[in-house]
Amino acid sequence: MNLWLTLAVNSVALGGLLFLLSAGFSLIFGLMRIPNLMHGSFFMLGAYFGVTFLAKGTNFWVAALASGAAMAIIGGLVERFLLRRLAGQELPQVLLTLGLSFIVSDICLMIWTGDPIQPSTPSSLQGAVQAFGIYFPIYRLVIVAVAVAVAVALWLMIDWTRLGAMIRAGVDDGPIARVIGIKVSQLFTLIFCLGAALAAFAGVMGSPILSVYPGLDIDMLPLALLVVILGGTGSLLGAFVGSFVIGFLYNFGQAMFPDLAYVILFLPMLLVLVLRPQGLFGRVVS
Amino acid sequence: MSGRLIRAAVIAIAGIALATLPFWVGNAYYINIASQILFWAVFALSLNILVGYAGLVSLGHAGLFGIAGYTAGLLLEGGHGHLTAIFAALAAVLATSVIFAILSLRSTGIGFLMITLALGQILWGIAYRWATLTNGDNGVVVRSRPAPFGIVLTSPTSFYYATLIVFLLVVVSIAMFVRSPFGASVRGTRDQPRRMTALGYHVWLIRFIAFLLSGLWAGVAGILFVYYNQFISPQVVALQTSAEVLLMVISGGTATLLGPIAGAAIVVIMKNVVSAYIERWNLVLGIIFVAIISFMPEGLVPGSVRLSKMGWRLFRDRYSSAVLSNVAEPPP
Amino acid sequence: MKVQRRTVLKGMLAASVAVAAPPFLRAQPAPFKIGLLTVKTGPLAQGGIQMEQGILTFLAEKNNTLAGRKIEFISADTGGNPAGAKTKTQELIERDKVNVILGPLAAFELLAITDYVRDNKTPLISIAAAEDVTQRKANPFFIRPSATSAQCCQVMGDYAAKDLKYKRAITISEDFAFGYEQMAGFQRVFEDNGGKVVKKLWPPLVTPDYTPYIAQIGNVDCVFNGFAGSNPVKFMRAYADLGLKYKVPLLAGWTAMDDALLKSLSDEAIGVISASWYSAEADTPSNKRFVEAMQKAYLVLPGGYSAGMYVAGQCVEAAIQMLGDKVDDRTALAEALHKVSLTDTPRGSVRFDKYGNVVGDVFIRRCERKGGQLINTVIKTYPNVSQFWTYDEKEFLAQPVYSRDFPPAKNLEQ
Repeated sequence: MNLWLTLAVNSVALGGLLFLLSAGFSLIFGLMRIPNLMHGSFFMLGAYFGVTFLAKGTNFWVAALASGAAMAIIGGLVERFLLRRLAGQELPQVLLTLGLSFIVSDICLMIWTGDPIQPSTPSSLQGAVQAFGIYFPIYRLVIVAVAVAVAVALWLMIDWTRLGAMIRAGVDDGPIARVIGIKVSQLFTLIFCLGAALAAFAGVMGSPILSVYPGLDIDMLPLALLVVILGGTGSLLGAFVGSFVIGFLYNFGQAMFPDLAYVILFLPMLLVLVLRPQGLFGRVVS
Repeated sequence: MSGRLIRAAVIAIAGIALATLPFWVGNAYYINIASQILFWAVFALSLNILVGYAGLVSLGHAGLFGIAGYTAGLLLEGGHGHLTAIFAALAAVLATSVIFAILSLRSTGIGFLMITLALGQILWGIAYRWATLTNGDNGVVVRSRPAPFGIVLTSPTSFYYATLIVFLLVVVSIAMFVRSPFGASVRGTRDQPRRMTALGYHVWLIRFIAFLLSGLWAGVAGILFVYYNQFISPQVVALQTSAEVLLMVISGGTATLLGPIAGAAIVVIMKNVVSAYIERWNLVLGIIFVAIISFMPEGLVPGSVRLSKMGWRLFRDRYSSAVLSNVAEPPP
Repeated sequence: MKVQRRTVLKGMLAASVAVAAPPFLRAQPAPFKIGLLTVKTGPLAQGGIQMEQGILTFLAEKNNTLAGRKIEFISADTGGNPAGAKTKTQELIERDKVNVILGPLAAFELLAITDYVRDNKTPLISIAAAEDVTQRKANPFFIRPSATSAQCCQVMGDYAAKDLKYKRAITISEDFAFGYEQMAGFQRVFEDNGGKVVKKLWPPLVTPDYTPYIAQIGNVDCVFNGFAGSNPVKFMRAYADLGLKYKVPLLAGWTAMDDALLKSLSDEAIGVISASWYSAEADTPSNKRFVEAMQKAYLVLPGGYSAGMYVAGQCVEAAIQMLGDKVDDRTALAEALHKVSLTDTPRGSVRFDKYGNVVGDVFIRRCERKGGQLINTVIKTYPNVSQFWTYDEKEFLAQPVYSRDFPPAKNLEQ
């Protein structure tokens, strides 16, 4: 098959999946400045919820949305009762989210055991596109479409709605926003719920490709970090562009420089951070 | 009761307990656990220089830990003597710290975190892939332990005492560092970097030197590690290890001397001792972290001090008499 | 079934019974202690849990008594890392004073503890595949009832070249020692029988997406993969999704098509031919009992991880039978274990060569769907396969150990 074309198409496909994974992290970290190290756990737990719903025969999209809703509730509880009192204290937030990720990963092991689970691609999306000498699964292209849809929806929400304006106000200057009557704490809970829901949704969408297994959380978290750091914290556009950049780096890097497979993603990130610490699209934070 | 008297008494009791540990802890297995707690504590203390005193959170410290261990291990496997191996390892970790510091100090906060994470991952990738040098995931076996002054360190007790001596030296040197003017300037760069620059301090250089010191002590821990296990493999340099030692520091309490030691003790005991009795020890460890954060966000040691002071105050207020009410409250 | 974990309570109960028992019962020998080094947390837990299930099934079948001797079983979670393995081995040897240790799971854990168990004269029975532990760096206290990394792959090289008549192959496996040793074994035998390995792909152990590697596959008769853990599931799905399933036949090592993994796989695994030292379909009386017991107790089809531990238990039983009361001498136990020769095990007949590695059957299986379930049907059995295949032992050992670069791949094409 045509290697370069396949790699190019897969770069876009992987980029789409990475955006779904990191959109939630970008929101939480960019808007709330919380290094949410349980983002991988939300992704994995969401995927496990998804496969459980699917095993009971629900429609794939319903399972993904239901899993997102369930994770929104869990995320809301975490934020409201545990994270909120640690506002502004980065290190305790790290400890809390890491501790919670230990708890989640062990509970997943207890409930779903150690065997990997890979749901089938939804039947309406099975099959492949055969054109220009490549054979490429339709489902992966659908993920790109979903990623774009989510990106547009988030952008509309943040830049064009009153809710988005309130969120941006709360982020830029919390105390003043409170003075004029914006309920900043409740908004932050909402953002955290949304971020967790996005992670869970991504987990279910990704499960026919990535499968679900113990350790998925640890495997996915560095990728989310990479995308957000490379693209720039606080920028949804950065996360979007960063996802596709990482997608291309990954595909072409693994194929062309297999010896550098381990560092192929970290070297460019290192370069960007050393030369431009705020990432490609980030704002300089004083 | 003055705080200083209490502290001196606690240190004396701890010192006696540590010195006589092999006699009261029972089994040789627990002496080995104690040795592990000690060198993990050294590692956690080294990270605390950056995290607690310099305010720079690093997720790549396992890279420094590992490079010392690997250098020592590879030289020993290649037939060199123990002194050569130890000095070379310290030199290697110092050189690596210089590189790490130059690259990561371009940024602070999350940028620093990500750069150190990337550097740690790159070292891990090298340890894994450069198999002709490091033997890849098959790891490096170290056949023998050193024999300083003719005392061979193969038995758990002798290794424990050697580790204890190194541990005490490290604690004393870090305590001296913290109390020194340089230590104060490091804390200054953490709290008020701009004011420090305005006062004429070279903030970057201060952080740089702090990084080197942190790396050096991490290297000491790495050397102890490779002698203890007599084996080293790329897992030591992985992200999980960096995260684990960071957890030790945060849970124990940053910017205190006892905090990282307590954190190291918790994690080592949970992983090795409690795991024998509780199958889901990972879950329990997570719950412990969440509990610490919920009730003592500043860490286990400062939190315990605070809670015990609260408890003491409540007790004293309830039973205060004319005599007690005349005693001035010592400043915190 | 709730699996028994900590035997501290059991031991205390036994001790109190012993104290309370009438004098003539107290003359019984102390229980024979079996320690298990396994992984119950983290990504390697998949195999570790199965290992424990296997040995517990064996002990349950024998009512915790082997050759008349009461058994005390202690399970230790190493966490899947070498330092943890060392610590838990110390716990089993120094604190619990076990007679024999089963496990550990991973090769790097084994390498971390091999010197220590030898210095402490404790027999070790593991399924960890590191080649040299039974070759150039043989440990007299170690036996392995499963296979070396290359033992089954050498057989596959023979089968692919002679029976399937393939001429050109690509190998793909994870970038670590287990992968290197497997692929090296396949390459050597395949090329010695007229085949050519034209490309060797090594995706990292953690690879979210195998597409960049699969996209490089083409123009060959077959692909041989040696993925382990949960990676085979992702890989085979991607392989099918990218249209290669019907274009280039897929061959597999034992971890890639382990019977315990079948429940996580679906149609993309049908038709894959694998070489393994164990098959749930193997037709021996003990295997029938074993599979039935595992399905009843744990609702799973057993794979190599459980079977390996079951066979390990059988070896321990045979050794206790051989030595009687002298079995408490751990050096004698190690020697006896090397001499064990069994005919009825879940994997057929079993004996050990002088390096401690098993000589036994290797099965070629094809995956098919029967009665709605996936099974690996045995299509050919190679009996009495040793770790050296048909090569002369001295010549084999004179060469370097199998690695990423040895044997050198002389037929690579760009």
